[in-house]
Amino acid sequence: MEISSKPAIFAILSGLVVLIGTVVTMFVPLFMRSTQPVSRYVKPYTSVELEGRDIYIREGCNNCHTQTVRPLMTEVLRYGTYSKSEEFAYDRPFLWGSRRIGPDLNRVGGKYPDAWHYSHLQRPRNVSGNSIMPPFGWLAANRLDTTNTFRKTVIQGFGYSRRQVTEQIAGDRARVTDPGYESKAMRDRVTPPECLTGLTEMDALVAYIQKLGRDVKSLEVAQ
Amino acid sequence: MDDSTYEYRIVRDFAYSALIWLILGLTAGLWIAFEMFDPALNLTPWLSFGRVRVVHTSILTFGFALSAIFATAYYMLQRLTRASLPFPRLARGHLYLFNVTMLLAAATLMAGMNSSREYAELEWPLDILVLIFWGMFAVNAFAILIRRREKQMYISIWYLISMTVSIALLYVVNNLEIPVTPFKSYSVYAGAADANVQWWYGHNIIGFIFTMPILAMFYYFLPKSTGLPIYSHRLSIVSFWSLIFAYLWTGAHHLILTPLPEWIQTVALAFSIFLIAPSWGVVINGYYTLKGNGEQIRSNHLAKFFIFGVTFYALQTLQGPLQGLRTVNAFFHYSDWVIGHVHMGAMGWVTMIISGSFYYMIPKITGKELYSVRLANVHFWLILAGQLALTIVMWVGGILQGAMLKATNPDGSLTYSFLDTLNALYPYYQLRFAAGAVYYTGILLFVWNIIRTVSRKPAATGA
Repeated sequence: MEISSKPAIFAILSGLVVLIGTVVTMFVPLFMRSTQPVSRYVKPYTSVELEGRDIYIREGCNNCHTQTVRPLMTEVLRYGTYSKSEEFAYDRPFLWGSRRIGPDLNRVGGKYPDAWHYSHLQRPRNVSGNSIMPPFGWLAANRLDTTNTFRKTVIQGFGYSRRQVTEQIAGDRARVTDPGYESKAMRDRVTPPECLTGLTEMDALVAYIQKLGRDVKSLEVAQ
Repeated sequence: MDDSTYEYRIVRDFAYSALIWLILGLTAGLWIAFEMFDPALNLTPWLSFGRVRVVHTSILTFGFALSAIFATAYYMLQRLTRASLPFPRLARGHLYLFNVTMLLAAATLMAGMNSSREYAELEWPLDILVLIFWGMFAVNAFAILIRRREKQMYISIWYLISMTVSIALLYVVNNLEIPVTPFKSYSVYAGAADANVQWWYGHNIIGFIFTMPILAMFYYFLPKSTGLPIYSHRLSIVSFWSLIFAYLWTGAHHLILTPLPEWIQTVALAFSIFLIAPSWGVVINGYYTLKGNGEQIRSNHLAKFFIFGVTFYALQTLQGPLQGLRTVNAFFHYSDWVIGHVHMGAMGWVTMIISGSFYYMIPKITGKELYSVRLANVHFWLILAGQLALTIVMWVGGILQGAMLKATNPDGSLTYSFLDTLNALYPYYQLRFAAGAVYYTGILLFVWNIIRTVSRKPAATGA
């Protein structure tokens, strides 16, 4: 058969050839339980955590920070126990990353108090020596836009009602603006006065960072 | 067929687009290279590293490489079929839509509208524009093949057909997302499955932009530039089919030691090692084409670009599979080593082949001699030196960081903090910027040489 003189057949055949590996390694795994296991210990993001995650995506944090600890001795020592696939059941899109210009963040939740993150985000060199991370102080001057939050949780399939979303947002707002909030002094310092009474983008980002790996840590405690 | 019936303006204008996006993409690259040792350049949210980095990769992959591919594809398809372009006005629309899409891409990425999938960061309205201009190209490409006056399709056309089909498939599947607003969407896949789809895409989009169409250029412009036929037609056939077959199995080698099911990783590694064979098939074909005429590397400025280019392809396709191996990967993955690897392919292989192709093609379509062969030689040596310096600096930096992150004290505790490794890398990041600046200078000479060639007075009136 002289295929090189038949463009249509050539196109179809070359399409079929690329489909073989595609079906075996990409399409079939989509329907296997092993690529999307669930665990009752892994909880969906709250409304504000999800908004924080979207800011993480918007600012391209995944260009420098991974979110997968590999099953290697030094990684487990450095970051914590290695990552398992059920932890990512609610990650849409996944944020494993491909490069560590900064450290892995999959176990960073609870490692530092909120105050540390406010200070670090405002100017990383405040707390982290000769860091090359860009400063993100301006996030504290942006009020968190929650117009689409409910719609986002619906698309993500988190199963919250509209009222639950409103309550979650109000709850987080009350938590960070409470006079007894443990990181109040630092939050007050990095946030412009006119934004102090509401949720800012930085509040949401800190909430998201503190969620990372938290479910696995509580699982370890439970065991 | 008379030369004047070919539609060359579209070739020229896509070549111009390529040069403009090349300069812009490299400028973004220099900007972020500077930010990596001095965060002061993160002047505004629009210019912060996390946003500009995706502008750098997107603009060079899609803006520069794709427009160079469209320019050379419109040229090669016409020459190899001895037919004129069926729909010149559609091609013009393709040119405008493509450039508008790329402008919007740069602007929206800097505004933070980013779906976070590597090499697929554009939000969904732009994804639709990409598919439309891809379809516009495909219509012309297949129409000219149907109207062709040359029975046999040359090997370059095979690679172009395969690219046209595969990129459409990759782009659609990986960008399936549910819109929240016109500027925000979520992937339909989640977690490990999402990672697997993304790296099936991420690996292959690079393959079908930075390998297949560049091989099409290599197979066409190397014989044209040297006057020598390709060494083995049989080797071309075998390496083509085995390359496109094996490529699609290997995406998961980007996910070694992650929570992705282990069998997918292992299959990807096995096929990655296999891929060395078809890749080197092309390399051998290239080297043997010059057999007995090796002096052309010195005497012919075009041959130099192609032979050095394919040499970096050889190194790239050997290094890539070896990096996948679990023990090697455990050491090098997530480090600057990989950045060195990518840049050898992009700055060595891809840009050298495109440079050589343009130096052959632009004089042909304008009927004017190249402005300066000497300048082309300086361009060659500058981009060679800049690329080698950059990749070697990144490799050494990667080895250093890999070793520091793995170092433990006798009691089993870690020797270095993450910040220690970062401090050790500062000099490497400064050297990388300097190497990038050398490369940038070479590219400016390239652009200048092409501009002066096109703006020359026609040879008939000449001095």
